[in-house]
Amino acid sequence: MIRVEDLRVTFQLPRRTVDAVRGVSFEIEPGECVAIVGESGSGKSVTARSLVGLAGPGARVDAVRLEVDGQDARRFAPRDWRRLRGGFAGLVLQDALVSLDPLRTVGAEISEVLRVHGERSRSARTRQAHRLLEEVHVPEPQRRAGQYPHQLSGGLRQRALIASALAAAPKLLIADEPTTALDATVQAQILRLLAERRAAGQTLLLISHDLAVVAQLADRVLVMKDGRIVESAPTKALLTGAVHTYTRTLVEAAAGRRRATGPAPGPVVVEATALRKVYGDRAVVRDVDVTVRRGEIVGLVGESGSGKTTVAQLLFGLAEPTSGQVRFEGQRFSGVPERARRPLRRRLQFIAQDPLSAFDPRWTVRRIVAEALPRGASPAPFLERVGLGEDVLDRYPRQLSGGQRQRVAIARAIAPRPSLIICDEPVSALDVSVQAQVLDLLAEIREQDGTALLFISHDLGVVRDLADRVLVMHDGRVVEQGPASAVFDRPAHEYTRELLAAVPTLEVPA
Amino acid sequence: MITAILRRAGAGLLVLWAAATAAYLALLAAPGDTVDAIVGDGADTPGIRAQIIQEWHLDRSAVVQYLDFLLRAAHGDLGRSYLLQRPVSAVIGSQLAPTLKLAVAAAVFGVVLALLFAVTARRLTSTAGLILVSTPPFLIGIILLSIFSFRLGWFPVSGDRGFAALVLPAITLGLPIAGTLAQVLRDGLDRALDEPFAVTARARGLRESGVLIRHALKHALLPAVTMLGWSFGVLIGGTVIVEQVFGRPGLGQVTVQAVNSSDLPVVLAVVILAAAVFVVINTVTDLAYLLIDPRLRRS
Repeated sequence: MIRVEDLRVTFQLPRRTVDAVRGVSFEIEPGECVAIVGESGSGKSVTARSLVGLAGPGARVDAVRLEVDGQDARRFAPRDWRRLRGGFAGLVLQDALVSLDPLRTVGAEISEVLRVHGERSRSARTRQAHRLLEEVHVPEPQRRAGQYPHQLSGGLRQRALIASALAAAPKLLIADEPTTALDATVQAQILRLLAERRAAGQTLLLISHDLAVVAQLADRVLVMKDGRIVESAPTKALLTGAVHTYTRTLVEAAAGRRRATGPAPGPVVVEATALRKVYGDRAVVRDVDVTVRRGEIVGLVGESGSGKTTVAQLLFGLAEPTSGQVRFEGQRFSGVPERARRPLRRRLQFIAQDPLSAFDPRWTVRRIVAEALPRGASPAPFLERVGLGEDVLDRYPRQLSGGQRQRVAIARAIAPRPSLIICDEPVSALDVSVQAQVLDLLAEIREQDGTALLFISHDLGVVRDLADRVLVMHDGRVVEQGPASAVFDRPAHEYTRELLAAVPTLEVPA
Repeated sequence: MITAILRRAGAGLLVLWAAATAAYLALLAAPGDTVDAIVGDGADTPGIRAQIIQEWHLDRSAVVQYLDFLLRAAHGDLGRSYLLQRPVSAVIGSQLAPTLKLAVAAAVFGVVLALLFAVTARRLTSTAGLILVSTPPFLIGIILLSIFSFRLGWFPVSGDRGFAALVLPAITLGLPIAGTLAQVLRDGLDRALDEPFAVTARARGLRESGVLIRHALKHALLPAVTMLGWSFGVLIGGTVIVEQVFGRPGLGQVTVQAVNSSDLPVVLAVVILAAAVFVVINTVTDLAYLLIDPRLRRS
């Protein structure tokens, strides 16, 4: 179905050329499910998009052989590509909130595919759109078809996106990070949906940075790094006997690794009692108690909308609780003017999910870290602690990789020697392999400085690997809490069990 | 919903009041005496002056005159023109139509040209737009006049007789709008075409023109609508100049005359009218947002 030999893609940028893909060969047979795994920048997305002629603006695609649907695609004119798109191959991208046109209803998006592929009658298109939505298990398809992406939940709109990609019954479905933006339980549902399509004979090409996600589905995995395929093997063989070191890091990262627990917890750093936050007539946080002691890593898990970020804001003094109170290092931290909080602020730091938007883009790394230090102090030692050399000092956030940026964020957070760092999804935007390194770093800082961490995440796998104690939030309440081992090994609450079941795990065959 | 509408209307009234008051104060501070303005070129004797003061109630204090003006304005009575000795509403009313015709024609021309440019010649837009924006309208008007009226004789040099007389003024007024609008549109289109949904649309087999018109254009319209609202302000100011250059009747002519001769009631009426147009345009802009972007609609 697809035959690629020595595929090369270069991007001609104003100042330099980037070799995104450097000689990749693979084949996809009908009915197969092939996965390309690699970190961001490895060239996996570009490889996949080259198969439908959408490598991107300014891309030069060369290949010894580029056979798509039995035709030589190297000489394709735009109209030849258009004929294949949608009909031969459907494309599903990461986040349906932006991958579906936000100004059009999902029904209109699906029916557009049908129109492009020759369905003239409007009413027939509408009927088919409803049927397609039903096929991907969207309840009340008639009503949903008339809604806009932002009115649907993350899972529903991802289903709608898949429905639109499937509308013209393509032979090949290309899914590029189809679940990366989703909560664990929703991710599990979408993976189940893809598995269902696969069982029905759909040929699939999956792209992901997370081996655990694709391992359940794929027959074969291609591991990409720096524009090359470093290893290619049937999934089972890859998990048990990876040859390449990079593949082994990926397998290890996906399997997860429990980090050492820290020293015995010290005195209470932050204590919140009976926190309640109401926005309008909606209680977002209801009767939440949180205590974090010195040297402790407390995981706060829950899906989006569970109220975990609001709890973080309340603890951090960014929002006032409707009732209940927060004490930080024994002093009142809620219900007092900001003036009273300010002297304590240095002892309480924050790491955000996306440091790119948390940093001033016009500041160099030097200035970003130095801001957290007394005047004249050098930021270099803190960068060294997070494993960055002096060469990054004069760079701007944009010029760093995601992992480097998060290291800078950590350097800035530890610079004032805080007693507590609140980390809100600190690794969710990172590749799995980079995630592991950042988690190692956080564990090390706790170990050496005795800094307490409140670690907020929707990713249970990450929390399991790092936290001593876990609080599980659902609908604004803490439904379960306890030592990490107890919660993860013997979940008491129904919701926790559901969450755990949804975590994609690598079951490495013995 | 009803509170939202009431709040809007309230804010609109506030804007009108503020504009009227600011204009009132500015005219009060301007040099020259009201009586002089009313006398104009006519006979000037102490008797006539006294009569004028009595007839126009100019012996009252400035505050009382201001309050009286507000009260009358609230009832729709904008007073009488000092200069023309006719009700202001009649003066404005007779000149409103030609100006409105010109403004609407210019706006339509500007929008259509901008759309054409942005959609068909995105690469060219930037340079062409810059030239159009940085050329003052009167210069464009004079150039157009000298080519199409004096040399080629295709269009009348001045006046307001028929459609032909409208063409050159509308182009003069519409070109700068087209320039800015095309740039904003192009920028919005470029950005929208880089979005993931554009990739999805291409992956469906849509032509590039289809992606542009069916998807990107709507996204580009959002900033363009803001721009267009602002352009109407430019239009109102622009009509003053263009009507002078092309010798067209209209509010522009009336305004220039009124300002030159300190015809307070007429100037005030023009300011209030302009403010009212602004309020209406802004409301329409906000409604257009809701129409274009479902994310702004509250469920």
